[in-house]
Amino acid sequence: MKTYLPAKFVVERDESRCIRCQVCVNQCTFGVHSYDVEDDEIRSREENCVGCHRCAIFCPTRALTIKKSSLDYRDNYNWSPEVIEDVIKQSETGGVLLTGMGNDKRYRIYWDHLVLNASQVTNPSIDPLREPMELTTYLGAKPERVEFDSSGLRTEVGPQVKLEIPIMFAALSFGAVSLNVQESLARAATEMGTLWNTGEGGLHPKLYQYGANTIVQVASGRFGVHPKYLEAARIIEIKIGQGAKPGIGGHLPGEKVTGEVSETRMIPRGTDALSPAPHHDIYSIEDLAQLVYALKEATGYSKPVAVKIAAVHNCAAIASGIVRAGADIVVLDGFRGSTGAAPKVIRDNVGIPTELALAAVDERLRREGIRNRASLVVSGGIRNSADVAKAIALGADAVYIGTAALVALGCTVCQQCHTGKCAWGICTTDPWLARRVNPDIGSKRLSNLLRSWSLELKDMLGGMGINAIESLRGNRLHLRGVALTDAELQVLRVKMAGS
Amino acid sequence: MLSSVTTDMHETARLDVRGLPSRELNAKLKELARAGVRRIELRNVYGQRYIGTGLRAAVEIEIFGIPGNDLGAFMDGPRIIVRGNAQDGCGNTMNEGEIVVHGNVGDVLALCARGGKIFVKGDAGYRAAVHMKEYQAKRPTVVIGGTAQDFVAEYMAGGVVLLLGLGLKEGQRHTANFVGTGMHGGVVYVRGEVCKSQLGKEVDTAPLDENDWLIVRKLVEEFVFHFGGDSERILGHKFTKLLPLHLRPYGRLYAY
Repeated sequence: MKTYLPAKFVVERDESRCIRCQVCVNQCTFGVHSYDVEDDEIRSREENCVGCHRCAIFCPTRALTIKKSSLDYRDNYNWSPEVIEDVIKQSETGGVLLTGMGNDKRYRIYWDHLVLNASQVTNPSIDPLREPMELTTYLGAKPERVEFDSSGLRTEVGPQVKLEIPIMFAALSFGAVSLNVQESLARAATEMGTLWNTGEGGLHPKLYQYGANTIVQVASGRFGVHPKYLEAARIIEIKIGQGAKPGIGGHLPGEKVTGEVSETRMIPRGTDALSPAPHHDIYSIEDLAQLVYALKEATGYSKPVAVKIAAVHNCAAIASGIVRAGADIVVLDGFRGSTGAAPKVIRDNVGIPTELALAAVDERLRREGIRNRASLVVSGGIRNSADVAKAIALGADAVYIGTAALVALGCTVCQQCHTGKCAWGICTTDPWLARRVNPDIGSKRLSNLLRSWSLELKDMLGGMGINAIESLRGNRLHLRGVALTDAELQVLRVKMAGS
Repeated sequence: MLSSVTTDMHETARLDVRGLPSRELNAKLKELARAGVRRIELRNVYGQRYIGTGLRAAVEIEIFGIPGNDLGAFMDGPRIIVRGNAQDGCGNTMNEGEIVVHGNVGDVLALCARGGKIFVKGDAGYRAAVHMKEYQAKRPTVVIGGTAQDFVAEYMAGGVVLLLGLGLKEGQRHTANFVGTGMHGGVVYVRGEVCKSQLGKEVDTAPLDENDWLIVRKLVEEFVFHFGGDSERILGHKFTKLLPLHLRPYGRLYAY
């Protein structure tokens, strides 16, 4: 069928600079560039370009420029090019539109409407260059009170996990991303004193050595879940939902189930890995409690159990149930959270913003007097250290970063994760492409990112006149809202700037 | 009430666990398994959960009474014999081992099991053998003497389920609907009648071939070894094989 889809990008090649080295031909995985031997010329099939910039960055003579196509439809606010092109794709395939990464629509980004405080004159600011600043965070259930006797602490405290910085790497499963990406994350987490998350794809034997910095996931497909996997982990996370696709399961297509993925997921090579939408043993909070305690029993109550849900309308009440079900950590994943593949209609239309969900959950747990019983971790749309500081002021104990970590590894958010063709070698299981991420360099880039953010966090804390992240946690007086409605300020429990 | 532990010369530890909370009971089991005890008898089990959960040891546990939910969840190796009924979540995500239930079991039997064997003398509840999967030499096997309820073998990705229907009257069909919905691997053998309308739309039926009969015969003989009965009488009946219509039932769902 003749496609009616226009090319999205224009590839401009400066012929005076091009040396016919064919780096672009070899780097592009979408079949844009090709070399014509007879004419000694490089040609471009622009309709295949996804705008990932791999070729432009690796062109040794900077001969390539990738621009958005200037082919415009007649202006129509209602029928934007994206809307038109989605209909074209569906009429040509008859299938559900898939996409990668997080919700890219123009919903309000609340982080950008929240501003932080700083000390002036009274309660002077602290200079982080001269004074110790504390970012250490402990995840796990905290007792209501602590009692001491002559021999020390009498209160029984459940397992606590120490983080040097309150930023962890979000769940990225082996299968969705390559093993080199996971190794980069695991090594950076180990070096920086934080944790990375296996996602639902199991733990590759090579990565067991990073167990002390690993969160293992137990999701509806239970792929790769066995006693040694649970024992290896620092935290076990039950995945109920994901911000990019609340309420639906996942399908890892057979093509991505290569030898090593098969070994890690413990399923035959080439078979589809279907994660059902619900856990078939969880139909209620009581059932959830049963799985939480089954995992605690299986690991001798030695590690916290987290429960991850997508941020949805009723998440405050659900989070309350999760805490009462015995979870030590509640993870809230907002609708900007990314994915290796999700139906576009779900990604772009289901779920609520992380910021609002976080504020609502923290408030609800406080009001019910159970906030201490679980740590609160948020993810989905954390882009920089300011977002981290604001999330902590809104009540988070720590955050997960997924997209930001991938960008550190080279991702340009071209949203082609679902194709498995990632030219940056990130979201693929193709061994030839996966080599594009070198774990020595990848872990360095990720460690650098975490180091930058922790330096900036210390600067922000010092400016507010506080020397420990603990003093910012849930401290909404350090936030003010800008250009928000009363209803929004009410949900965020934040005052309007100036008041 | 405290449990009493007695051990005899055959290295069998006997525990009266009446009133003992699940957590303490399981801690005790792990301690005994670590100490090298190879056989444990639990008396007066009244609904304690997670018995054998996450246990990785070559130990045999014989349970007198009714164990609670998640019996043998995430288990890797032990053999559990239940002299009574078992409840929900029996063999949940089990990796290896054997569970023999001399009674009925509740819902979600062998959910996501990857290995091991489960024999049930009586009936199973809803959602038995959902998303079982096999890997390399591991092939989880579930044998149910009676029948199972709706959604049995749903999302099944590997392993073997044998439904014997021994409690059914002559001419009476199995009761489950939506059998094998979303099935994309493994095999279900059904003794007795099951109507096409009871099956998920991803399920195909076939007569048993020679290899199937070998598998079924071996499992029936094991069933008879555990629970008694006449294997020839059980085998001399109509069997149907259920298998996935497509290995990738959702392959054509997406545009790109």
